[in-house]
Amino acid sequence: MKRELFSFTGGIRFDDYHKRESTRQAVVAAPLPARLVLPLHQHIGEGGEALVQPGDKVLKGQPIARAVSYVSAPLHAPTSGTVVKVGDEKVPHPSGLSAPCIVIEPDGEDTWAPRQSHARDYAEMNPSALRNLIREAGIVGLGGAGFPSYVKLNPGHNPVETLILNGAECEPFITCDDMLMRQRADEIVKGSLIIRHALGARQTLIAIEDNKPEAIAAMRGAVQRLAPEHTEVVSVPTLYPAGGEKQLIYTLTGKEVPSDGLPVHIGVVCQNVATTGAIFRAVYHGEPLLSRWLTVTGGVAEPRNLEVLLGTPVDELIRFCGGKPERCRRIIMGGPMMGFALHAHDLPVIKTTNCILVDDGRQPDLAGRQYAMPCIRCGACADACPVRLLPQQLYWYAQAGEFDRCQEYHLFDCIECGCCDYVCPAHLPLVQYYRYAKGEIWKRERERQQAELARERHEFRLFRLEREKKERAAKRQQKKAALAKETSAQGDAQAKQAAIQAALERVKAKKARQTRENTPPEQGDS
Amino acid sequence: MSLYTPSSPHMHADTSIAQVMSKVLLALLPGIAAYVWLFGWGIVVQLSFATLLALGAEALMLRLRRRPLLPFLTDGSAIVTAWLLCLSIPPIAPWWITAIGVLFAIVLAKHLYGGLGYNPFNPAMVGYAALLISFPAEMTAWQAPQPLDLAQAASLIFLAPPREVLDAVTSATPMDFLRTQLGLDKTVDEVIAHSPLFGYLAGKTQEILNLMFLLGGLWLIKQRIIGWQIPVAMLASLAIMAAVFHLYDPERFASPAFHLASGAVMLGAFFIATDPVSASTTPRGRLIYGAGIGILVYVIRTWGGYPDGVAFAVLLLNICAPTIDYYTKPRVFGHGDKD
Ligand code: SF4
Ligand code: SF4
Repeated sequence: MKRELFSFTGGIRFDDYHKRESTRQAVVAAPLPARLVLPLHQHIGEGGEALVQPGDKVLKGQPIARAVSYVSAPLHAPTSGTVVKVGDEKVPHPSGLSAPCIVIEPDGEDTWAPRQSHARDYAEMNPSALRNLIREAGIVGLGGAGFPSYVKLNPGHNPVETLILNGAECEPFITCDDMLMRQRADEIVKGSLIIRHALGARQTLIAIEDNKPEAIAAMRGAVQRLAPEHTEVVSVPTLYPAGGEKQLIYTLTGKEVPSDGLPVHIGVVCQNVATTGAIFRAVYHGEPLLSRWLTVTGGVAEPRNLEVLLGTPVDELIRFCGGKPERCRRIIMGGPMMGFALHAHDLPVIKTTNCILVDDGRQPDLAGRQYAMPCIRCGACADACPVRLLPQQLYWYAQAGEFDRCQEYHLFDCIECGCCDYVCPAHLPLVQYYRYAKGEIWKRERERQQAELARERHEFRLFRLEREKKERAAKRQQKKAALAKETSAQGDAQAKQAAIQAALERVKAKKARQTRENTPPEQGDS
Repeated sequence: MSLYTPSSPHMHADTSIAQVMSKVLLALLPGIAAYVWLFGWGIVVQLSFATLLALGAEALMLRLRRRPLLPFLTDGSAIVTAWLLCLSIPPIAPWWITAIGVLFAIVLAKHLYGGLGYNPFNPAMVGYAALLISFPAEMTAWQAPQPLDLAQAASLIFLAPPREVLDAVTSATPMDFLRTQLGLDKTVDEVIAHSPLFGYLAGKTQEILNLMFLLGGLWLIKQRIIGWQIPVAMLASLAIMAAVFHLYDPERFASPAFHLASGAVMLGAFFIATDPVSASTTPRGRLIYGAGIGILVYVIRTWGGYPDGVAFAVLLLNICAPTIDYYTKPRVFGHGDKD
């Protein structure tokens, strides 16, 4: 049976995917470095909170940071050793800034903390307990963005029809998922059964681009052995960005994830194959996420895939593969389309690092940017955009600072895949403009919110003053009224008193008259 | 050593504006070869002269506008403009006609609007329109189909030959001829059948030129330098207009085939209307834009006072392009039908 596939618009078919170079050798573990630097924040969401202090001895797999909120992930010691620092270190991030890290000096023993396997009983665990297990293992999406995995395993009240395992690996140069599928197919399929159990998904589709025939064959074999029902390996056309989540879902189901929605809203959950492998290890072996497979390629003598402990400095990997870090012109973490250039040679590998692409100045495909010409409105960018945006308009409004227009042209639907930039004959740094515009809009939004808050506060203050004034006025009024009442009451009393007085006077007068008659007049009227 | 940290993507297709423009020039070569075969070396003289002049004007304007010379002078856009202009005017037009046209196109229509990428109108067509309005006699004195050698052509172009010499080598274009004859109450079939100017479908020379430009244009589509929408929409709308009127009264209105093989149709459809800067850029917008040009070409040809409608049709639609684009934004992925 041939499954019907849908093709998204746009996309790029590269001439050379540069995948052969790094798939010739079997995957080996990279040597243990002298220092492991573990950023507390290496995934989408909130960073973890350190549980250790300098001087603490840690065992392999021991938690060293805990998740602080729902979208957060814990961190574990990748090997046994001593914590030597908890503080700021340079981290791999496009900004080139420093951030809180835990630094561990390995003792070389690699002594494990106790582990617990759930290989036999996971099927009896309820999904929430299973999710918690995966959360405690610190697993985040290993394919790129690094969204904490257990969040995706919680469909809420949305029924999940399809679980998609993303093995498309559509960017050039990167081959770590390919190698993992070739060598660890069984683990991935077993992992998919765990996820399926957590989600209650009806079917599982494992999507692999058709330029990876070995991986497709290996995965088909594993599916045949372990999960022949409800699981299918689907070979999808090689077309960047086929592995983009929304693009892949469309390719397989013909459904578009709504712009403001999540895949689960249309009954789909996507997980990367490496993430699935990590979930398998967590559940079957009680191993938290301590290492990952990644590709070291480009300007190195021996491009290959390595199993690398989190926190390993990149320059050691480059050296291990026969490259010279000090001769690098540019070191890209991630792929050539969406990865970012590192600001230093010795930055650590983090959970989302799938590739170290070395540009030693001799890679013709990584030649660097040419002189940017004006946009000639050729529309090549729009033809290439998988989201059907009009990149030339977005660019125009971004460079003119007309950010409202950018939003009108759906800037925030841009996935920064770089297709438009790649094909632009004017060599315009389009994606850079979009990032800038998004940043400005966020900044404005923050400022607007702050202004709004300030305005609200100010208005509230005015309101309060007004209210107080009114209250005071009202009080005054009341007092007056009370006073008036009092005075009028007093008035009555006075009248009475006056009457009494008058009466008294009359009596007095009478008396006086009587007295005048017999007393001297100086005692008269007062 | 500090690292190079540009923003992604880190890979780029092997493409550039210069490459795009060179392919456009390359695609014009079959048409130019046909010109040489049919009319001799006049067109080559014009093209060389116009190229030099266009580059000179471009350099001057870049200097005045304080722009870097090298990237812009080598982008090829000025040469494309110069060539399109030359291919629109008579191959033996006097040199000053070419010069004025080129200067108009490069200095006014291109640089005074902000240079490459900023011109709302197709520069070559602005130059052409200015010439046609200012010098109708020179612009309509088309060369009679007889190959001239290099010396003859150069002397006709540069030496201001006397009237009789000129008259001997010029004639009306087949379309003009048809127009005047129809004015004399002849039927289309009569005119075409009884004049040596006409070949199988339309003017003898014109049908060959149009075929060659069509071939070049198809190659451009295949090379993905231009989209198919504008040429297809323009040719289709022109053919439909012609078919409707031809069916209504075949004696007075020429057939769709005649219109498709006449004048600057293929040059216009594949090379002029598709000038990216001044055209529509959305897929649906390109269809509307092309169709608009096709309809206007037919209207101007049939009822207007000018020999061919391509230039004015293109210029008129240039004005509409931004509006067309605005109302034909594609539906963004994940946004449903209403948005
Ligand atoms: S590809 Fe580049 S030159 Fe062409 S329209 Fe897009 S931004 Fe402009
Ligand atoms: S980077 Fe954004 S605008 Fe460019 S092709 Fe990708 S999604 Fe479209």
